[in-house]
This record gives sequence, C-alpha cells and structure tokens, in this order.
Amino acid sequence: MSDIRSFEPPYARGGLNLADVALTPVPRPYGLAPSQFVAPLVARNPLASSHPGTQEIIAAHYVRKSYRKAAIVIPVLQGVELSINEGEFVSIIGPSGCGKSTLLHLLCTLDAPDSGEVCFEGHRIDNLPTAGRDILRNKYFGMVFQFYHLLPELTTLENVLAPAMIGEGVLGYLRRRREYRDRAREMLELVGLGHRLKHKPRELSGGEMQRTAIARALVSCPRVLLADEPTGNLDKHTGEEIMAILRRLNREQKLTIVMVTHDQHIADQADRTVTLIDGRVAAA
Amino acid sequence: MYKLLLCWRYLRTRYIALASIISVMLGVATMIVVNAVMEGFTNEMQERIHGILSDIVFESQSLDGFPDAEKRMAEIHEIAGDYIAGMSPTVHVPAMLSYSYGSNYVNRQITVIGVDETSYATVSDFGQFLQHPDNRKQLDFQLKDGGYDTIDHQGADPSKAIPRLQMRDAGWKHRKEMANLAPVLRAPKGSTDANPFATKDKATEELEGTDFDPSREQHTGAVLGIGLCAYRTLDGADGFLALPGDDVEISYPTASKPPKVLSAKFTIVDFYESKMSEYDSSFVFVPIRKLQELRGMVDPTTQVANCNAIQVRLKEGVDLNMVRDLLRAEFAPQVYKISTWRDKEGALLAAVQMETAVLNVLLFLIVAVAGFGILAIFFMIVVEKTRDIGILKSLGATGRGIMGIFLGYGLSLGIVGASVGMGLGLLFVRYINEIADLLGRITGKPVFDPSIYYFQKIPTIVEWPTVTAIVIGAMAIAILASILPARRAARLHPVEALRYE
Repeated sequence: MSDIRSFEPPYARGGLNLADVALTPVPRPYGLAPSQFVAPLVARNPLASSHPGTQEIIAAHYVRKSYRKAAIVIPVLQGVELSINEGEFVSIIGPSGCGKSTLLHLLCTLDAPDSGEVCFEGHRIDNLPTAGRDILRNKYFGMVFQFYHLLPELTTLENVLAPAMIGEGVLGYLRRRREYRDRAREMLELVGLGHRLKHKPRELSGGEMQRTAIARALVSCPRVLLADEPTGNLDKHTGEEIMAILRRLNREQKLTIVMVTHDQHIADQADRTVTLIDGRVAAA
Repeated sequence: MYKLLLCWRYLRTRYIALASIISVMLGVATMIVVNAVMEGFTNEMQERIHGILSDIVFESQSLDGFPDAEKRMAEIHEIAGDYIAGMSPTVHVPAMLSYSYGSNYVNRQITVIGVDETSYATVSDFGQFLQHPDNRKQLDFQLKDGGYDTIDHQGADPSKAIPRLQMRDAGWKHRKEMANLAPVLRAPKGSTDANPFATKDKATEELEGTDFDPSREQHTGAVLGIGLCAYRTLDGADGFLALPGDDVEISYPTASKPPKVLSAKFTIVDFYESKMSEYDSSFVFVPIRKLQELRGMVDPTTQVANCNAIQVRLKEGVDLNMVRDLLRAEFAPQVYKISTWRDKEGALLAAVQMETAVLNVLLFLIVAVAGFGILAIFFMIVVEKTRDIGILKSLGATGRGIMGIFLGYGLSLGIVGASVGMGLGLLFVRYINEIADLLGRITGKPVFDPSIYYFQKIPTIVEWPTVTAIVIGAMAIAILASILPARRAARLHPVEALRYE
C-alpha cells in the first residue's frame, strides 16, 4: 500500500500555514474565557507532529447546537465534550437524530456551533472567518459521506482531482496538473479503482462510488478523515470492503479517522467508540 | 480551475440553457439586421439628397428673387470664400407640366428649376443622374441623335437590370417619327371642336410661326425628372409615357404683380433619375436664362436678371453649420433664407433617426426579456445543482468560487448567444436581397418592391461600433441575469445544500 503521506500537495507545504488560515490560539483550560485576540501562527504546532498517537488533533468542547423550525427550537447537541488524538480511529454511534452528523459537520467547520468551541491542533477553528474554514476543509480535512456526494458531471479522476482544483488557482493547477493527476491516480489505485478513471459516477456501483469518495478525501493529504455513515447506503459485503480500506488507512498510514455510524457492528471495528445519547456523550 | 471545468460541463450537458440563449441570439441578429438596413437607407437617402441639393442654399423669401446674382455671389465669396468650392444661381418656381400621351393629356405639378448648365455641375452631382453619357459629362440642353442609356447606369449589377427598351429610340429619331405621325394623330381632333386644348394647340402653333419644323427643330431643352413620365410594371420593367424628343408644355407663374400664368413649349432632352422618388417626380430643369426671360425676371433696361436661389458647394470637410451661420450673420433674414441641405430635409432625416432609435429600444427590450428567461433557467439550474454546490463547499470551495461558476456560465452563454447572433445577423445582412427575393417567391408578394423605392436592392451598411455595442449589451444582459442566481448559489448553507434531495 502506497503511503498517502508520501505526497504533500504543494498548496499544503509547510503544514498549517496560518498566513492563510487565521487561527486563534485557545487558552487552556478551554471554554471559560475564549480569547479575543487573533495571532497568526507561523508553523504547525510542533507538539502535534512530534508525538503522533498521543497528541490531541481535534476536539469539541461543550458544543451546543440547535435547529429552529418555525418557532420551535429543537436542541440537537447539548454540550458535547470530545477529544480525538492523532492516529486514532474513533467511531461515533448513536440512534438516528441524536446529532452524530451534526457533530461531524461542526468538527469539519461545515457548520458553526451555537456555543462551545471546536479545536484543531490546539487552535480554535469554529469562529474562523469563512475563507479560513474553506481552506481548512480543502486542505486539512477529508470528508466521506453516506450518499457519496460525487459530482455527476465529472469523471472519477476529475472528482478525485476536485479538491486540488479548488485549492489551486487556474495557473497553479495547470502548472502542476501532472503531479496532481499522478497523485489522484495513485489514490484511486489505493482504493482499488485504478481501472475506472474515465467513468462517470452514474456508471459506477455504490461501493465504487464510495471508494472514489475516499480517494477524493485522501488526495490533498488530510490530517483527519471524517466519515459520515460511509457504509450506510451499501450492502453488508461492500460495507465491509469500505471498512477494510478505512482500517488499513488508519493502521498503515496512521491516518486519524472519525466515523459516524448507527451500526454497532461497524462501530466496533474502530479503536474507540463514542456513544451519543440525547445530544450528550454517554459515559463509556 | 474547477470553475472552468464545471462551467464547460454544464454548458455541454444543459441544453435547456442553450435554448434560453436562442432568444438572446435572435435579438442580437435582429438588432444587427435592423441597424444595418436603417443605416443603409439613411445613407442612401442622404447621398441622394445631398447629390441633388448643394451644401448650402441661399434663397430669397420671394419667388421673384433678388437681382444681380453675380454681385451676391461676390459678397458670399468675400464672407466665406475660403470654404467655398463652387456657386451657381438658380430659379425655382412651382409650375404645371403637360404633355400628350396617345389621346390623353397628362398634367403634373412640378418645380421648374432654371439652372446654369456650366456652373450647376460644380455645386451638385446633378450630371450623374442623367441618362445620356454626353449629358453626364456636360449638359447642353440639346436633343441628341440617340445613344440614351437603355440600362440604368446607376444600378449595382447591369447584367441583372431590366433594359428600358423604349429608350433605344429616344432622341431625334423619335422626334422625327412623332413629327411624321402628328398630322395623322391630329386629324380626328378637328371633328371634336369642343376640346379646349385643340384651340390652344392652334394658338401656340401660330405663335411659334408656321416655319417651325418639329422634325428638324427643337424647342428649348428641358430635363424631366424620370418619375414624371415613367411608370414601373410589377416585374420591375420601366415604361415611358414620353421620351427625349417629345414636346411638353410648362405653365408657370410670371414675376408680374399679380402673377399671371403663361405657358411655353419645351423639348425633353434627357431624364433625371436621382432615385429619390420625391425629386424624380417633381423636378424639371430648364436653362436659367430662358426661364428668366419667360417669367419677366430680366430688367429690360439693364439686362440684369433676377434669380431666387444661389446654390453653394463647400470644400471637402468644411462644417456646414459654421458657414451657414457666417452667412446668416451677414444677410438680412427678412430677405434671404440660408439653409444647409440637412436643414432642408431635416424633418425626413430626423424621422428616420427617430425610427432607428425607437426600433433599437424595442429590440433591446426583446433582448432584456431574453435576460429574464436566462434568470429563470439559471434559478432552476441552481436549484437542480444545490447538492453539487454543497459538495463543492464541503470540499472547500469559496462562495466567490461558486458564484464564479454561474457567472462564468452566464458569460459563456452570453458569448455563445451574442456571437452566433452576430454571425446570423451579418449573414442575413449579406444575403438580405436573396432572402427578400426568396420570401417574395414563397409568399407571392414582393417583400421589397423596387417600384416603390426606386432602389433595385435593399441598401445595407454594417457599422462595426454599433455591432460591437449590441454584442456587448447582450453579453452584459446575460451576465446581469446570472448575478442573482449566482449569488443565491454562493449563499447556500453547505449543510442544508448537502441534505437537499
């Protein structure tokens, strides 16, 4: 299995460069008095990479989120406390509607919490400006969804290339397109789809689409892979294949994976399981 | 990069949007065609009017005119000599033209213009509208032996023009034939003594003297506007009621107080065809000296003649209005009317300009309506693509990037629509006459009837600044119409967009 870290996308060189993502260092203990000052951090938190497996990479502190439907407020997350270390494979399990997906969306800054903090490599990220959150999602998080969410107009290879195209300008992309193409092809081979480069998503099976989605999530060499019910729409056998890929990525590449599922059998394959009940993390 | 790629893929897979651009395309094509035709008509008309009229006309308020044209011309020369290329005195009088055609006696209302045949050519393009090649070089008011054009020398394509067969006989040959026929034709007239014209004929005949031999002599020459004695059949051929060599009678007012009506005989020596039907069917040119004598405009003691207009031609590129104002400042407006050719035909030119403007506004509204079509279809596409927008956002695409996809999409549709429309419009303009012919053949009714317009073809001029403006306008509308949907797309919440089914 080729090393997914062997490739560092040119746009992500130098790690979390805060010239483009203005992060706010979080004072500890968390949450009590969120700092108001913004100081750019030059390099990645040195502790983060020096002790893989022991260092917290992503965390949620007292996160609350509720949805409004007309005048009714539906509380979803009611103070979730979660910490995930680098290299961990964590599954979040719970019944439907308990806020698993919402929590995942908060972790990858697709959505913002009503209160509480989300931290990535020791920096608060939930209050970042939109541009900063876009860069985080593009370069530091990989996302896999239950319904694959591939772009129907693009071929498999183009879908995998999408994050690179988004992250680069036209000229930058064109200059390095060979590099990116090789990387995308490599990722597709990694998930066993090296022979399906020119197919459109509608010509693929569910399992193939999900593997394409994983390749897409890996292409920009993410720090964390966030998977939202990756097997939810697949039959048992295909689901097992997907799980095998994820487990392998975690074991062999030390990729941090946070996976949401409602299937206890799937959840058990992770290193650690977090159970959400009524918007709170249940005691282990 | 993804913007370009997705833009391109959406273009190739969403034909409905291309359908929406057809309205833009048609609007652009129509605007280009209408502008080219209007511009062609305006230009043709201006050219013709300007060919007939001199740059500046210096007229007296009274038909009886002012004495001593030479002195006036010297004064004008002193004021604006640097700008003037030529001047010629003329006499304009309303009159009646009468001639016989078979047993019919044709009466027409005309304007008689007394011109000085040598200097008049320097102030207007009068000469080029005549039908005899020698007269085009220098008019002498003498009937020619023959050799009048049988093919319209101003037509664009002589091989396609329908020959005017009657003109072959025009000249002395025709005159002699008519003179020989005259006794035969006149014979039955004696039996109808009640005909008032018959007695008048006799009276003038006596005045002319009995030794006038119409087969060898001519009256004073006159150049008739071609519309005064020509008619056009439906197939576009020209027929003539009278030809060079025939005599006509002109009844004119004298310069006495009060004016009396007298008449005199003239011989047609040529036809004048400016293709402006208004002029072709009302102008008759005669030698100025003869007209002055007939009207009693010559002072019997000093022999100084009155004229009622001086035609002034300016040098190339001189501002007409500037010279007009110079002259106006020097001559009393109670006596003299000084106007440019544009002033004289101002109402007509302004009307055409107005028509063009109104048409342009209406057609641009059509393109604007097309813009709303694009707006609606774009909203539809944004709704259809909501999930894709969510996916792109989850992959880190910025709102601006998403907006860029749809703006770029709008721009590409605008470019496609406007450029295809431009191509169609230009093609249509290029082959407009063929298309008009084809439509005429299909509907059985000529679209462009040359017997009305006196042009054989629809004139067109493509003005590139106008075309550019139309194309840019259409693109701007396409972009403007895509701004709202693009903004909506940019503002979609990623999570809600992802959940959208």
